[in-house]
Amino acid sequence: MGTRDCQHICDESSPAVGEAGKTGEWRDSFPVIDQEKCLPARQNKPSCFLCWLYCPDAVVSRTIPIRIDMEYCKGCGICAQICPVHAISMANEAGFCRDKTD
Amino acid sequence: MPNGYVLFEGDYAMKTTAVNITEKEYLLPGNRTCPGCALSLAYRYILKALEGQVIVTVPASCLTVLHGMYPVTSVTVPCVNTPFATTAASATGLVAGLKALGKEGLTVLAVAGDGGTHDIGIQALSAAAERQTDFLYICYDNEGYMNTGNQRSGSTPLGAISGTTPIVGKQQNQKDIAAIMEAHGIPYVATANASYPLDLYEKVRKAKMIRGTRFIHVFVPCSPGWGFPFSETIKIGRLAVETGWVILYEVEDGVFRLTSASESIAEKSNLKPLREYLVEQGRFKNITEEQIGILQRWVNARWKRCLDRAGDSQS
Repeated sequence: MGTRDCQHICDESSPAVGEAGKTGEWRDSFPVIDQEKCLPARQNKPSCFLCWLYCPDAVVSRTIPIRIDMEYCKGCGICAQICPVHAISMANEAGFCRDKTD
Repeated sequence: MPNGYVLFEGDYAMKTTAVNITEKEYLLPGNRTCPGCALSLAYRYILKALEGQVIVTVPASCLTVLHGMYPVTSVTVPCVNTPFATTAASATGLVAGLKALGKEGLTVLAVAGDGGTHDIGIQALSAAAERQTDFLYICYDNEGYMNTGNQRSGSTPLGAISGTTPIVGKQQNQKDIAAIMEAHGIPYVATANASYPLDLYEKVRKAKMIRGTRFIHVFVPCSPGWGFPFSETIKIGRLAVETGWVILYEVEDGVFRLTSASESIAEKSNLKPLREYLVEQGRFKNITEEQIGILQRWVNARWKRCLDRAGDSQS
């Protein structure tokens, strides 16, 4: 970082994923995709992809099935709001942890 | 066809949708924006539209935060960080530099917030527009100095609570920056909204191919500053258009055209009352009935003006 490929220190920043660290740690709730409802998964062809379109952090993949990069998803919940078939729901991180420890 | 406008084959042959828009990302995950940031969403599509062939100049703003701290950046295009008042001046310098080096095919993009455009950067921008310097200026408008603690700006609406108007809200209404820029007689002025990313994408694509000073005003709802849940960023942005607070249009060589959702609202003439937009936001919790009335009249007058202009340019 901050160096060229030849390892010389330079005054320019280098692009990298995770500039602010693992932003997934900011989440208080996380998205869960129901593949039974999700349009591209159900039809098995590219369609809809509104969650990919509206994700501010570009962590949703435009693939079949759709995947979300949990390392960097900030858990804003826009994808759950925008999904026309309500295939995405937000689950509470805290609840998730409690279930695990019980 | 307007002057200096080059239409490439296939550019408008297919309507852009979520399925066929370019998948390449120029904005990397794990950046410093708040969850549900509309600026991050808008910037993603601005960079997609410019296909990485761009040099960005950014003053102090939320966008500087997004770009990140040395030695790492979240954006894969070259960027100049510039002092607050000099966004358009530095863009002019970049244009001159590219010309001197004989480099072609690069867009010089200046992106500033509403503080950097409406208040601090307006004289440099006005001067550059008057010189018809060849760059694209995008103002993302979150209606306040959100990066530094939600102070009021020239774009904060009447009645909105901000860091510097904490109890009764701001007593003046915002200025219409798109109209101010249009008065400079520049070849392309457009308004866009982060909640309609495809419309924004199309407008940036169009602006990219025009020569001269181009201005796009992008409305970006700000969840922490305006007081609504992160997940409702898109909903608030859409409500702003549906109530006429934001009108999506473009003015290309003086020809006015409503676009996207505003066009269909005009066809159906189903503008919602402004109150529906105001009650969703914490910053309007102390707004008075009188102020709502003033804002509604302001919205109505502007909407009528836009409808008249759209009707004039069609006939």
